[in-house]
Parts: sequence; structure tokens; C-alpha cells
Amino acid sequence: MRVLFKVYRYQPETREDAYFDSFEFDAEPTDRVLDGLNHIKWHLDGTLTLRRSCQHGICGSDALRINGVNRLACKVLIGDVGSKIKIEPLMGFTVIKDLVVDMDRFFSHYRSVMPYFVNDEAPPDRERLQSVEARDAYDDTTKCILCAACTTSCPSAWSNPDFIGPAAIVQAHRFIFDDRDEGSEERLAALGQRDGVWRCRTVFNCTRACPKEIQITKAIGEVKKAIVADRS
Amino acid sequence: MSQPINLGPRSWLSYRGGSGYLLWALHRVTGLGLLLFLALHIVDIFLLAFGPAAFEHLLVLYTSPPGRLMEIFLLFGVLFHAVNGLRIIVQDLFTKSWERQRHDRLIVVQLVVFLLIFLPAAWIMFGSFLESLS
Repeated sequence: MRVLFKVYRYQPETREDAYFDSFEFDAEPTDRVLDGLNHIKWHLDGTLTLRRSCQHGICGSDALRINGVNRLACKVLIGDVGSKIKIEPLMGFTVIKDLVVDMDRFFSHYRSVMPYFVNDEAPPDRERLQSVEARDAYDDTTKCILCAACTTSCPSAWSNPDFIGPAAIVQAHRFIFDDRDEGSEERLAALGQRDGVWRCRTVFNCTRACPKEIQITKAIGEVKKAIVADRS
Repeated sequence: MSQPINLGPRSWLSYRGGSGYLLWALHRVTGLGLLLFLALHIVDIFLLAFGPAAFEHLLVLYTSPPGRLMEIFLLFGVLFHAVNGLRIIVQDLFTKSWERQRHDRLIVVQLVVFLLIFLPAAWIMFGSFLESLS
């Protein structure tokens, strides 16, 4: 099939403003959008700049706005998005070059929820055993790949850069509901702040954008309930 | 030199979110509309301070054809804002409804409730609008 890629370009070395470049070529409907972008970079315009690494939906580096909605370029088939494909960088972040955005703020929010296991007890001789039910409580949120598709689809995050964002809340959820972890109190205190979970307006853009199909809004709701329970 | 992007109203409109995004946007717009109406309402009540004549002069506005039409929009705004607000309260109370599929079903229920009240009421109000034209 013949496809037309309309790609957001920002090349600060040569031009001050951002613009769209069009590329037309033949592709298979079963090709991924990332294959199309690679084709452009390798055969049509080597200056196109984008992030990608594993190219199999695990590393989370190629989240882009594809035809108006956040998706992973390596997971979306060209046949599923149509012959006209508009590619833009993630919304709300500063663009460094073309499709590459500055994710410093995203990762600083991520670090603020202590996304690591906290337990000061002496390690047991073997692994810390956990029941199947206890594991289920946070199973969904272990799937997060930190691609930022959720945070950059959220109107609250667009309008308020200090909002911690869905991705950081998902990461916090993964440890808050882990019964072996002991850092929940601090995490809940951080998320209960003005720019924490309460900025969520139940828009559901994050849940729809997540390439790993995590029920993000539900996770945020559970954290909200945990904060209320913790305070009462 | 880096540049911030996609933060203007045009890009907000261009994001293709789902039904939740549309409802959230409508909730904001109707909220602003209600705020404007509240301001108008406070002004018209305040006009009583200048005597009944001034008050009644403004009341004519509400019975005029544009006023009748505005009332239909007002009904839409109040009703939508109320029903959507109730849906959000229900979701806050029941965490299971935060799953995407349940959320979608809840939106259908919300729209049915909204239309069941809005359509007959708007029909009656539209009759008043037609009467005000004659």
C-alpha cells in the first residue's frame, strides 16, 4: 500500500521554527509505524531524529503521537492507522530535536515516588515469599515500561508541569500494594500533596493511551483510596 | 535553543482522546457557562435595588426569543453538569468502575439518563420559544 507520512520536524541547527515534512512510499499493511520511520531515516532523510531501542514494545522509548493519539510506534501496524499517518512528538514536553523530547521532568517525578523496594529488615535465608492473592494486588502495574504515553496524554499534566502524572502514580502503586514493601507511608504522603493524585480528573486518556493496557485510572483510584484510608 | 510544544488550545483540541476526554471537556465548558449564568443572575437580582421597573426591564430578556433559546442551553448545561458530576461521584465510591470497560458502560447509562430528561424538557421549552416568536 502507498503511505503518506507527515512528520513533525524541529531542527534547531538549521531552522528556528517547527514544521511538517511529508514522505510518500510503499509499505506493507503489516509493517509497523516504526518500520515506516526507519525507512524514512535510512532511505529518504537521514537527518530525521527519533528514539527507539528494542523495537519490540519493551523499552518504551518510541512513544509518539500517531494520528493524534499516543502510541508506541513499534506496536502499531500501518494497516491499522491508515495510509495517511501524522507523527508528532509527545505533548507537553520540550522538543530537543524532531521527535525527541526532553524527559527530565518525567523522570524526576518518577524518582519522587521512590520506585524501588523498601524494607529495612534483615534479608531472609531464601526469597521473601508472597501469596498469589498478594501478588495480584499490584500485578497490573508491574507492566509499566515508562514510555510516558500516559502522562503526555493527560490534560492535567499538560496544564500543570508539577503534576506528578499517571506514570509515576502507576510506579508508586506497584510498591504501595506490595505487602513486602515498607515505604508506603512516605509514598502516600508524597502522592497526597497538592500536585499528587488529586490532580487526576478521571479523563481516562491515560488508560486508553497505555500500550501495555494497564488500567491506569483504576490504579490511581486505588491510590486515592489508600491515601484516604491512611489519613482516617 | 529548545522550544516548548503542543500546549496551545489547538493541540488540546487535536488530541484524539476517548469519550472520557469529551465528557471532561464538556464538563469544563458547561461549568464555565453556569458560572456566566450565575453572574447574570446575580446582576438581575441586584437590579431590584434600583426599583421594580429596572428589574422587570431585564426580565423581558428572559421571555424574548433569544432568552427562551438560552434557557434550552441552560438546561443542557445544568443537566449535563449534574449527571456527569453524579457519574464521577459514583466512580469515586466504587473503584471497580475505574476499569475501562465498566467506565464505558457507565457513560452509556449516563447518556441515557441525560437524554431521558433533556429531550422531553427541551421539546416543551422549544414550544415556548416558538410561542415567543408569534
